[in-house]
Amino acid sequence: MNYFEVFGLERKLGIDAAALQRRFYELSRQSHPDFHQAAPAEEQARILDASARLNAAYRALRDPIARVEYLVRLEEGRETKEGDTVKPKAPPELLAEMFEIQEALQEARAGGLDEAARETLSAQRERLVARREAEEARITGELSAAWDAAAERAKALASFKAALATRAYLRTVIDDLTEVLEATDVAHHRH
Amino acid sequence: MSRIIGIDLGTTNSLVAYVDEKTGLPRVISDEDGRVLLPSIVSFTPDGVLVGEAARRQLVRRPTSTVYSVKRFMGQGYGDVKDELKFFPFTIVPVDNVVSIRLDDRTVTPPEVSAVILRTLKERAERHFGETIEKAVVTVPAYFNDSQRQATRDAGRIAGLDVVRIVNEPTAASLAYGLDRLKEGVVAVYDLGGGTFDISILRVQDGIFEVLATNGDTHLGGDDFDRVITLWLLEDIQSRHCADLERDGIDLARDHEVMQELRLAAEAAKIRLSSAERTTLTLPLGSFTYHRDIARAELERLIDPLVGKTLGPVRMALADAGLRPSQVDEVVMVGGSTRVPLVRRRVQELFGKTPHSQLNPDEVVALGAAVQAHILAGGITSMLLLDVTPLSLGIETFGGIVSVLIARNTTVPTSAREMFTTSVDGQTVVDLHVLQGERELAKDCRSLARFELRGVDPMPAGMPKIEVTFLIDANGILQVQAKELRTGKAASIEVKPTYGLSEADVERMVEDSFTYAEADVETRMLIETRNEAETVITHVERALRQGAQLVEADERAQIEAALATLKAVRDGQDRDAIREATTAMNRVTEPLAERMMDAALKSALGTRRAAEIIGSSE
Repeated sequence: MNYFEVFGLERKLGIDAAALQRRFYELSRQSHPDFHQAAPAEEQARILDASARLNAAYRALRDPIARVEYLVRLEEGRETKEGDTVKPKAPPELLAEMFEIQEALQEARAGGLDEAARETLSAQRERLVARREAEEARITGELSAAWDAAAERAKALASFKAALATRAYLRTVIDDLTEVLEATDVAHHRH
Repeated sequence: MSRIIGIDLGTTNSLVAYVDEKTGLPRVISDEDGRVLLPSIVSFTPDGVLVGEAARRQLVRRPTSTVYSVKRFMGQGYGDVKDELKFFPFTIVPVDNVVSIRLDDRTVTPPEVSAVILRTLKERAERHFGETIEKAVVTVPAYFNDSQRQATRDAGRIAGLDVVRIVNEPTAASLAYGLDRLKEGVVAVYDLGGGTFDISILRVQDGIFEVLATNGDTHLGGDDFDRVITLWLLEDIQSRHCADLERDGIDLARDHEVMQELRLAAEAAKIRLSSAERTTLTLPLGSFTYHRDIARAELERLIDPLVGKTLGPVRMALADAGLRPSQVDEVVMVGGSTRVPLVRRRVQELFGKTPHSQLNPDEVVALGAAVQAHILAGGITSMLLLDVTPLSLGIETFGGIVSVLIARNTTVPTSAREMFTTSVDGQTVVDLHVLQGERELAKDCRSLARFELRGVDPMPAGMPKIEVTFLIDANGILQVQAKELRTGKAASIEVKPTYGLSEADVERMVEDSFTYAEADVETRMLIETRNEAETVITHVERALRQGAQLVEADERAQIEAALATLKAVRDGQDRDAIREATTAMNRVTEPLAERMMDAALKSALGTRRAAEIIGSSE
């Protein structure tokens, strides 16, 4: 039983969050171990499995991005996260800027940041955050809608993977920037 | 289903509760003397083991064999606690994988000490119900890791209790507040106890208590407040009474008994300052007495950094729940340390609303444990708690990197499956290193256990497909199963817990627990009487030194004779003789005590008004 099936849902991405939560609470009342303490051991083991699957399913489906990630895994026939084919990949139009940022990051790690460099990196981080948010909106918006419309699913899947790869890349760079800015911020205040 | 009790096994106090069938409300159970809180203190005396209030009175007299705050050591390795050992008068030593407490004639592990407390509460409940109790729900800090939870469950087993559920303290508290006291919506439970801090963010809706995120610090609590106050007092005494200390030959920091008295005085002053603006701390030492006026503002300056340390986890929990402070509908305060006004102020500032505290913060967790026990027993079906695992669970992969299998704040029970294979031809054993924590590198995370998957059929490298299922149950405790997919054969797993007792250890301790029985009532009373005699002797000897100029020669002779009599009988078995000698001692020193009190008052009056002195001392 896949996670969509746990909730009696079709393999579609447009899910109403409030309805999902209600269903999760209903199903929890049916299969939570707390309500089956007096059951025989085999029954308890079955309940435990069902409850664990329900919780994992809710976690995978309640967040629209995690939902897409799960869908990609499911479509590729992988139940575990191992061998994930989504590898961080820089968006082509940002390659030049990324090169600059990586260089600035290296300098900052080696010798700290001056005020001007800080400002540049902060501004760049803000732009990248906006870019990531746009990518996420695209994943949960038009790409998800395209999947649900059942038109050219193979193509939709490929776009998901590309978009997730871009997002993963942006997240890593944003994290690196945050780390460097925070580390130098402390040094900055100590002066 | 047999009766299940709810137990709050606290750092400072422990208590037991149940749900009254008639009213459906949780109630705490008191001891024969009407006391609800059992101090979590165990004293190992040559005559037997003392627990609670009786053990507390041994703190100063037997500092090296009276164990308090043992919860801080549950499920810990030596490296986790070595920095704070200097604050404890008893000796902690590493034995195999766990820390142990070295007593005069043996060592005990933290679960064994906790078991003594659990057994006392079990017996209290048994007296209350007139029946044997075998099952309990026991609470732990939400931020406890797998080893700390296992250690708690082991303590239950050693005490003869089947711990049917480990419940997180803040969530237990939310259950105690229940559906009638909480509006539906988002609730934040801020739980600052004696030794641990937790924050849990829940959504309460349709009878479901769904934890959205939890965070905390398992080594931050009222004990730490006491510690900074104690250190501050220590410096103050050393600077103001340098000459006195030298004359009396007292090395404060190395004197376990004095340090224990100082710690208890600091704790008492802290508690008084929760309701009073000022207090006076009085501590007789050697030939002099230390007096110190403390204003609440001074206390707040000392503990402010510690209170501030709780706010980081609060913000992280909110971020994990995807909420801003203003989106929290209700804030609930739990744990004795939330009585401190500064704590309440900081929490109120952060959330921008007045926190709840209708229920006694010392009792609310036990009441919630009782509610959870009643749910498990089938007595309540309207409420259901959906809790989370506080820490991410992962396995060590190539290069010491952690690969996360179950993320923190995932609702439990939950499971993750992962495929493993061999790297060498003919390999029959696969090792797995399981960790908990939020860091990328295995060395920065908490090692839980090493699992050896055995009996893999010899095949070329990479051929076996071993499916391993990691399951975190509703207790937040990990279970691991493995199966070789090609043969369908279940692989046997040998678990080597990094910090914990083995199955054999626990069984041995269950046996031992009968050998080291708690002192019986007679012995307990004898120890108490001796204790009182000891206290009187200490006081009289000090009075003779400090009030030397107030004692006439024949009075002195009388007192010394009574003292000799008392000393002669105090270690004997005759309780009546000790008591009589103590009473005689008190009688003969009464006039001296009065004269000394007068003298002290007069000298104090020189600088302040009497009402102020009396008013501020309590």
